[in-house]
Amino acid sequence: MSLAASSRGAGRPSRLRQFTGRWGKLAPVLFFLLLLILYPVGKLLSLSFQGPGGVFSLQAYERLFASSVYVQVMVVTLKISFWTTLATVVISYPVARAIARLPGATRNRLMFWVQLSFWCSFLIRTFGWMVLLNRNGFISQTLQYLQIVDGPIDLLYSAPSVIVGMTHAMVPLCILTMVPVMEGIDENLSKAGMTLGGRPGSVFWRVYFPLSLPGVTAGALLVFITSLGFFIVPAFLGSRHETMITQLIIEQVQEYLNWGFAGALSLLLLVAALVIFTIYDRLLGISTLTGSSDRGVKAGAGPGWAGLIGLKICAGLGHVSDMLFSAIDRIFGNRGAGKPRRSGAGLEWAVVLAILAFLILPALIMVPVSFTAGSRINWPPEGFSLRWYQGLLDSPVWLQAATRSVIVALGAATLAMLIGTPAAFAIARQKLPGRTLILALVLSPLIIPRMVIAVALFYFYAQIGLVGSYAGLIVGHAVLAIPYVVITVMAVLKSYDTRYDQAAWNLGARPTQTLRFITLPLIKGGLISAFLFALITSFDELTIALFVTGGLTTTLPKQMWDDAINVATPILAAASTLLLVFVAVITLLIHRLQTKEQK
Amino acid sequence: MTDLTLQQNAGTPPKLVVSGLHKTYGATVALHPTDLTLRSGEFMTLLGPSGSGKTTLLMMVAGLLQADGGELSIDGHKATYAPPWERGIGMVFQNYALFPHLTVFENIAFPLRMRRMPEAEIRREVARVLEIVQLPHTAQRQPRALSGGQQQRIALARCFVFKPSFILMDEPLGALDKKLRDQLQLEIKHLHKSLGITILYVTHDQEEALTMSDRICLMNGGRIEQLGTPAELYFEPATVFAADFLGESNFLEGKVRSNSPDGLVIDAVGGAISGAGNFAAGSAVKVMVRPESVRAALKPVEGWNAVPGTVRETIFVGGVTRHYIELADGGTVVALELTDRRTQPADPGREVFATWPVSATVVLAAEKGKMP
Repeated sequence: MSLAASSRGAGRPSRLRQFTGRWGKLAPVLFFLLLLILYPVGKLLSLSFQGPGGVFSLQAYERLFASSVYVQVMVVTLKISFWTTLATVVISYPVARAIARLPGATRNRLMFWVQLSFWCSFLIRTFGWMVLLNRNGFISQTLQYLQIVDGPIDLLYSAPSVIVGMTHAMVPLCILTMVPVMEGIDENLSKAGMTLGGRPGSVFWRVYFPLSLPGVTAGALLVFITSLGFFIVPAFLGSRHETMITQLIIEQVQEYLNWGFAGALSLLLLVAALVIFTIYDRLLGISTLTGSSDRGVKAGAGPGWAGLIGLKICAGLGHVSDMLFSAIDRIFGNRGAGKPRRSGAGLEWAVVLAILAFLILPALIMVPVSFTAGSRINWPPEGFSLRWYQGLLDSPVWLQAATRSVIVALGAATLAMLIGTPAAFAIARQKLPGRTLILALVLSPLIIPRMVIAVALFYFYAQIGLVGSYAGLIVGHAVLAIPYVVITVMAVLKSYDTRYDQAAWNLGARPTQTLRFITLPLIKGGLISAFLFALITSFDELTIALFVTGGLTTTLPKQMWDDAINVATPILAAASTLLLVFVAVITLLIHRLQTKEQK
Repeated sequence: MTDLTLQQNAGTPPKLVVSGLHKTYGATVALHPTDLTLRSGEFMTLLGPSGSGKTTLLMMVAGLLQADGGELSIDGHKATYAPPWERGIGMVFQNYALFPHLTVFENIAFPLRMRRMPEAEIRREVARVLEIVQLPHTAQRQPRALSGGQQQRIALARCFVFKPSFILMDEPLGALDKKLRDQLQLEIKHLHKSLGITILYVTHDQEEALTMSDRICLMNGGRIEQLGTPAELYFEPATVFAADFLGESNFLEGKVRSNSPDGLVIDAVGGAISGAGNFAAGSAVKVMVRPESVRAALKPVEGWNAVPGTVRETIFVGGVTRHYIELADGGTVVALELTDRRTQPADPGREVFATWPVSATVVLAAEKGKMP
């Protein structure tokens, strides 16, 4: 029997080995998310069903629907989210289409600006809009200068200003969601449409647009879900008439410490988000979020009646745009087979560049403001000085906040990598029972409105004494960063040829050696970008920080928020500018890594 | 559409006339000023390696790429800058470009809908062409549910359903495996004959071009290298490139010794070679001969060209046997002969003559810096 004893691997691996092999990589992430997402959120929701003394009660919900105030807030939230979504999709579409169709270098340059505004803090961008829209702001002053209006006009504190601010915040997300779908559309299809006799309008509406629809739907749903949970924009750009549901949750927690009612509001928000997300999953499948659209459009047994009506509408739109185009051609004499046609490319570029300017400029306007010599955030800046940067350096509160943010971000990013990377390997490569469910759990920090997570964690931390601690903040931020890490690493693994691993095994490398010498070096770029994504997520995070930090334990975004609520001196502009530079550097690094990987 | 055959083309105007058409991208010339005429009913192939300008030319004919200058006319009408949807010419794309969100029926109906044809007529026409490509049962399927060969046929049907003036095909068989490709080559050729369609076909596969074409337009470096029937290109290549690109060829370097009414005498490795052509004495030439014309013989054949050499290898390739004969200058001549059971493989190292008929000798101008 010596032969049998010495020949390892002659028998099947034991059940235990199979089990740990399958679940070992996933265990940390599952434990982490169950403990820090499902348990606290479940606890918070259960609180909403407790009356005084801990007995079951629907008191919170009775209160919710008793007064028209709360119903009104919900209606406003839905309305603002709807208009934001509509505006965002319309604005994002041309840019996404341009990015999807352009050749390498130009595409990457456009992509960089979109990514930059994607990662640029909502706070900074909202401050930018305040400078643009207020009574003494950029637009008011410019209009007065041009003598279009007589006196200062106030564009802030209205539904339109909130919608503009939110649209501005959402466009990058929408573009990044649409691009992969559009990149999957074969350019030859539009060309084929034209050789078959279709004019550009018909070809766009009958061929390109229906094929891009999954991207449009996905973008719209994500924007809508995110919009429902917004509080920064309505807080700074809206009046009390534009109060949104998350602002109510903050109020209930921070001012009244009414957990039950905050829980009820959270449940409402969560249900709305989950309903929308279920629609998303039905339409596209959750895995499209990780870029692995194995299904694409659900290819059913042909279009249903909704599809047929859709196609008819598209046909009509195509006909109308064809007539429009040929009318324009006739007016400008751009017809005939004898001379070169002018293409619409110039106009398309103008639109794309205008949208990019809309994305970038509001954040950049904080830069000149930060150098003002005056003591208020105003336009135009009064003189030039570095006093507010000096002020930043002299202020222990700001310095500590910045230091704290850096430490927390490094800690959270490291933790998220340690937990998220093995999970990405497992999900990308192993056959797992309940894969969709696992993916849903791993992505849940993106799906569950952040405010709900933040309130739930606050309650949980309060019980176990983690409020105000580094550990609490690091762990909380790591939870939020995990989906980004998993998505990024899975994307890299998707393009990784596993035959390299097989070759290594064949050459005698053990799994750990293969990982160390072959796999990890090859996916290094992806891992670094995942780390940077996590870093930026934490560095920019306000929602959790809003509750679990305070006083001497604030982070930079929390300090900015407090400052903006209380005094709003140009020191805020100086801090925004520095943050902007930091985000730009990180985005540039990520961008470099990604473009290098393409080659 | 009635049957048109090549014989009755004399009276019909050409389908396509290209004159001086050119295109430049920055510093690279994609297509030098080019002239080309596509006759009614013919099957013409643009053949060439990638970057030879064949796709550029095709795209400009389709109207998907704007020319820098020159002219092209379709059915006698000037169409240099006409938009693609007004050209009325069909195009089959390399990956078929069937619309994935539309059924087979709707795909084929698309060009008819664009032409605002009444619904009843659309149904009739789609059914008719589906019959022709023998796929009537696939009408309500999604394109991706079809096999590669079926998709190819649907793409063809979508193309000729609107009775285009002629059809462009951009490497339509490139994505298929060899067996299916051979079968579809014959099918396309059959459709071409029975429907009388004029076809301008693009490929980089010389065998495909030889199989299918009435005429081949061989392209290289953004220019037309040679235009002619498959036999002309094969037996009378005009350049070293043409000789090398189509079929297999042996080349010998040489210098013209004399040019008389009886023909050329060329000094090459191992002796004089006779041939024909218009070259001045002293000019450098290349002598080309196809392997199937060459014999490996123990002594020169009377009246044939012959060069001495050593057999290096003999390989049995089924129906044919290949002899590799090394010449004194280190070059190799391949001789191809039909295999016979009785043929004894020549011993490696054996001194032989590579010998071939004078009529099979092609003399070409030696191109500088372009060794095939």
